[in-house]
Amino acid sequence: MSTTNYIGKPTSRVDGPAKVTGTARYAGEYAVANLAYGYVVSSPIAKGKITKIHADEVLALPGVIQVFSHENVPSLAWFDRSYKDLVAPGGSPFRALHDAEIKFSQQPVALVVAENFELARYAASLLRVEYEQEAHETNLETQRAKGYEPGRGKTGFQPPPPPRGNPDKAWEEAPHRMEAEYVHGAQHHNPMELFATTVEWRGDGKITAYDKTQGVYNVQQYLTKIFGLKKDDCRVVNEYMGGGFGAGLRPQYSVFLAVLAALELKRSVRLTLTRQQMFSFGHRPHTLQYLKLAANADGSLAALQHHALHETSHFEDYTENVVNWSGMLYQCENVKLGYQIAKLDVYTPLDMRAPGAASGSVGLEIAMDELAYEAGLDPLEFRLRNYAERDQNQDKPFSSKKLRECYHQGAAKFGWDQRTQAPRSMRDADGKLIGWGIGGGVWDATQQKSAAKASITADGKLTVLSGAGENGAGTYTIMTQIAAETLGLPIEAVTFKLGDTELPEAPLQGGSWTAASVGTAVKNTCEALGEKLLKLAQKMDNSPLKDAKPEDVEFVNGQIRLRADANQAVVLRDVLQASGETKVEADSSAMPNMLKQQQYSLHSHNIVFAEVKVDEELGTIHVTRVVNAVAAGRILNLKTARSQVLGSVVWGIGMALMEETVMDHKFGRYVNHNFAEYHVPVNADIHDIDVLFVEEEDDIVNPLGVKGIGEVGMLGVAAAVANAVYHATGKRVRDLPVMIDKLL
Amino acid sequence: MTQQPTNSAASAGGVAAPPPTGPVRLTINGEEHTLQIAPWTTLLDALREYLHLTGTKKGCDHGQCGACTVLVDGKRINSCLTLAVMHEGEDITTIEGLGTPENLHPLQQAFVDHDAFQCGYCTPGQICSAQGLINEGKARTEDEIREHMSGNVCRCGAYVGILNAVKEVVDKESLEPRK
Repeated sequence: MSTTNYIGKPTSRVDGPAKVTGTARYAGEYAVANLAYGYVVSSPIAKGKITKIHADEVLALPGVIQVFSHENVPSLAWFDRSYKDLVAPGGSPFRALHDAEIKFSQQPVALVVAENFELARYAASLLRVEYEQEAHETNLETQRAKGYEPGRGKTGFQPPPPPRGNPDKAWEEAPHRMEAEYVHGAQHHNPMELFATTVEWRGDGKITAYDKTQGVYNVQQYLTKIFGLKKDDCRVVNEYMGGGFGAGLRPQYSVFLAVLAALELKRSVRLTLTRQQMFSFGHRPHTLQYLKLAANADGSLAALQHHALHETSHFEDYTENVVNWSGMLYQCENVKLGYQIAKLDVYTPLDMRAPGAASGSVGLEIAMDELAYEAGLDPLEFRLRNYAERDQNQDKPFSSKKLRECYHQGAAKFGWDQRTQAPRSMRDADGKLIGWGIGGGVWDATQQKSAAKASITADGKLTVLSGAGENGAGTYTIMTQIAAETLGLPIEAVTFKLGDTELPEAPLQGGSWTAASVGTAVKNTCEALGEKLLKLAQKMDNSPLKDAKPEDVEFVNGQIRLRADANQAVVLRDVLQASGETKVEADSSAMPNMLKQQQYSLHSHNIVFAEVKVDEELGTIHVTRVVNAVAAGRILNLKTARSQVLGSVVWGIGMALMEETVMDHKFGRYVNHNFAEYHVPVNADIHDIDVLFVEEEDDIVNPLGVKGIGEVGMLGVAAAVANAVYHATGKRVRDLPVMIDKLL
Repeated sequence: MTQQPTNSAASAGGVAAPPPTGPVRLTINGEEHTLQIAPWTTLLDALREYLHLTGTKKGCDHGQCGACTVLVDGKRINSCLTLAVMHEGEDITTIEGLGTPENLHPLQQAFVDHDAFQCGYCTPGQICSAQGLINEGKARTEDEIREHMSGNVCRCGAYVGILNAVKEVVDKESLEPRK
């Protein structure tokens, strides 16, 4: 019986005690000597030019150190490519304080640096900046005709596959048809932690930037290219991130400004943005979707068209995969998918949890509900009749797909068979309307190149290093589990360190690929260390493992033992002591096995069942019950994985009922750029949520068989809620969020 | 179209000098501290920037998110909405005063057990708020706990875990006579 098998167990977070006691250190919290404080001044106009900055007035205040603006920024890298980070879209990246031009509202126009935070904030509030304003355009509705098909540019973007069959003709001839437009506004990530950077000046042009980022390596290469720093002189650290959700994928202007100030002043600098400024550097784009679906008499899909248009900035072509999923989630021979973007005077949108798919699943899954009603079919039955056994976009089999099991298990858990189909046909004891709806989705299972290093000391303590990120997904915990299990050590004997450019390189924390990518690297590295330990064990006198090959032994309960005979074992700590080594090290990396993978479509799936209760007199909507059934390969930690999906459901409820960043087009400015007016769900909004994992065995995606769960859980939630609102009220709301006024 | 908006409320010319600093005596987690700070320093910034007690978090600086919740004489407040100088002579408890990684407070242990957080940034505020809620003695049902914990936003969406963690401790505490 093994006690060191941790993978799959609901292990509590190893970083839990640090987080609940306030000892976990976030970017803006590092205590650094002789610290100066920065405060950003943001543009009140959306387009135009800065004509004058009255820096002298605030520089006269005792304790104000400097005002940085385009007027005094030193010569930096010239070409766009130096400003391109690893996930930059096509175009020309924004450069803060580069020139007098204003490209979007809330653009940073100056950085005030002072001896303390209060003074920097005060001085920033006094800084007079004069502008020459030009006419701006921030309304996507007026730019419908100006949409264009973007080129490739951003990593991970796939233009829609070519059309198949004859969707127009099939639609005309089909007995059941629907067409409609679906809309959601801009949404902002709003992680709880404000974007912040503490730059420690180490003297001699050397810095350490403690930065809020989902990728320390991405930030390092950005800074070194712009400021001409050597990698060794520019260390980037992020040990804990107070939520990212995509907001920290690209290096933000906060890190640029803080490093600029530190290098110029030769002094440590801390810069923390305000909550309002967190609405200035990327968002889920305002998206319009047009769906045109038809079904045959037997309920099979006859035709499917899905076209999307969303905003981007004037300087970059932000892209995400909105419509592609619709060509692979259901079986359909006649499909046409279209995707365009249009330029506005806004900042470039930015990947936000399940980018593209969260939006696309709103359009597709509400449209599927509409067509199910047209065809007189239960929405779940309708999906079962159109189950895709193969990815028709790529014409490949799925490496694994247990979506049908998700449908069945989710329905059973939710009690879907108790549903009556007609809208307004269910009420609770208090007379409130009850609605039940479903929605689901599909997300990529990907693996990125990743490296790790492991060392074990004579006392049996293992340390594993990889420059990955921890933004709440549970990276510390699952990597510790993998390492402990691979080398058969108690979890307490294992320390995993991450978030530092001095550690082996890991990919950005995003795309749901960390478990697959870093996890596989950790596994490989621990196995490499295991082989070294086996060799040492074989040098021991009378070693029972003398003739064993690596595949003949296993590491369990602090021992190396023969698989064939567990009694033939040596204690790991004895091996280390007998070897005389104080430390044994190994490093390794992991790459996706492309040869194996390219024959398959690699995806995770889910289906969400939602119950809403609507008070018809008040129009209030409460999501009272949700079941989210997810098929995402192997689950490494039931506890943290469940939390990820619970959080995704909360996000979906927010998207369905609350979240929208409202643009005042007169000013070209978001008007609800704070937590009081940009509504996210709070505790009172959240009721029963059940998470079901339908496990899939999959040895194609990666050696761990893990597909990632950070994003798939959000898919279909918003649609399920909107569909439930229709079922409850008979009102089909096609522009999210569904708010009271839309039900009246 | 030409206009000349400006950022600032200040008029052209001279700007008012910042206020002078002075000693502010605070009792935090049972320890006395004397800070030399300007009176416009919030309690939150005093804790984070001057005392390096960074367990108390800044999420909005406007009393909208609850991340900065601390206990003052046992009552939960948003430390971003109050000045440090207003709390001389009061008993301030921050997350650091509730427990340590080696010796967790029952709420901290319950939060770990129920996985009542992900990124951990709102967590100290949630825990201080939960302690305040227990002190208030109001919340007994699940709906009451949800309602009274709704001033603390969790963007990771760990509300199910937070409810279960708080409920577990509330239930345990209710078995003991109230002080």
